[in-house]
Amino acid sequence: MDKNIYLKPFWTSNPVTVLVLGICSALAVTVKLEAACVMAISVTLVTGFSSLLVSLLRNTIPNRIRIIVQLIVAALFVILVEQVLKAYVYEVSKQLSVFVGLIITNCIIMGRIEAFALGNKPFPSFVDGIANGAGYGVILVVIAFFRELLGSGSIFGFKIIPDAAYQAGYMNNGLLILPPMALILVGCIVWIQRSINKDLQEK
Amino acid sequence: MDLISLFVKSVFVDNMVFSFFLGMCSFLAVSKNVKTATGLGIAVVFVIGITLPINYLLNTYILSPGALSWLGEEYAQIDLSFLSLIVFIAVVAAIVQIVEMAVEKFSPSLYASLGIFLPLIAVNCAVLGASLFMQERGYSSLGEATVFGLGSGFGWMLAIVTLAAIREKMAYSNVPAPLKGLGITFIVVGLMGIAFMSFMGIKL
Repeated sequence: MDKNIYLKPFWTSNPVTVLVLGICSALAVTVKLEAACVMAISVTLVTGFSSLLVSLLRNTIPNRIRIIVQLIVAALFVILVEQVLKAYVYEVSKQLSVFVGLIITNCIIMGRIEAFALGNKPFPSFVDGIANGAGYGVILVVIAFFRELLGSGSIFGFKIIPDAAYQAGYMNNGLLILPPMALILVGCIVWIQRSINKDLQEK
Repeated sequence: MDLISLFVKSVFVDNMVFSFFLGMCSFLAVSKNVKTATGLGIAVVFVIGITLPINYLLNTYILSPGALSWLGEEYAQIDLSFLSLIVFIAVVAAIVQIVEMAVEKFSPSLYASLGIFLPLIAVNCAVLGASLFMQERGYSSLGEATVFGLGSGFGWMLAIVTLAAIREKMAYSNVPAPLKGLGITFIVVGLMGIAFMSFMGIKL
């Protein structure tokens, strides 16, 4: 199997920073690292398994109604994930609120199904789905790491910044908890990535 | 809550783009010029405006716990709310298909310029998100649901048209090479979000 299938999504064709897919949830659930990790794992699983299923069905899906079929396949896995989250990590699923349901409309899933799973064998499609989900997850975790560290001074809910620093006048940056700063952080990640990899720069 | 303040609230205070990040993908991809952005904005307003009342009725009379009691006593225990995701997305996909046919027939030039993004309204999270928020917040009447839908749609359209206008101007400015295109767009949207936060304290 071509190793590009599982390497490219992490750098040269990262779903978030290069293909601009799945931005919505990348920004909304990254206030706390824990929620971001749960979200990353959920999206990876849903992307992988819906690619697998669509790839198995690819010769039987009529072209005209493929979007509805793809949505229903994605919805099936999202509902499974939603019920599992509600049963085992109720607190986190409350935090994620509607964003678990919105995994269905996460463009990464539809994008990978359209671009890859419809024309490839099941196993490569599965790997492609998992890799893209993971590429998205990496960005999610990086953003959440900085937002939680600088915004609340903690990682996974544990205090990292010592009390002495607060007494010396250090303050958490409340701005990072607010939604707009997530966008600016993604902008900075894109900036760094494109400074390193000049091929990605736009004319 | 009266309808006008609900409308204003959903356009400005709870703006789909700036306070919930919904519909970001097409928001970033189709905002290169004002004309296309306006077209997509109108399509989104239309789709949300139709899907929300339909989903509200489905939610109230079929999906929510105890909603089936109009069928008879024995159905009152049934809770179909786990099906709401699939039902909502199917309604959205069907409406999008209809809008696509209508646009293709009445405005071929708009159809050509919207391209792939017309079918992608089906996966525009603002549309599904509005339905899920409607369910989560429990709007109490058909009118409220419709007004909330139209308001969210207009808020989204306002945001995409504004961003498109800024990007048109920005084409002439000297942006550092690695930031060009996507990077600077993210930062601009972030700054617009900070500006929109000034509406947050308003009580309606």
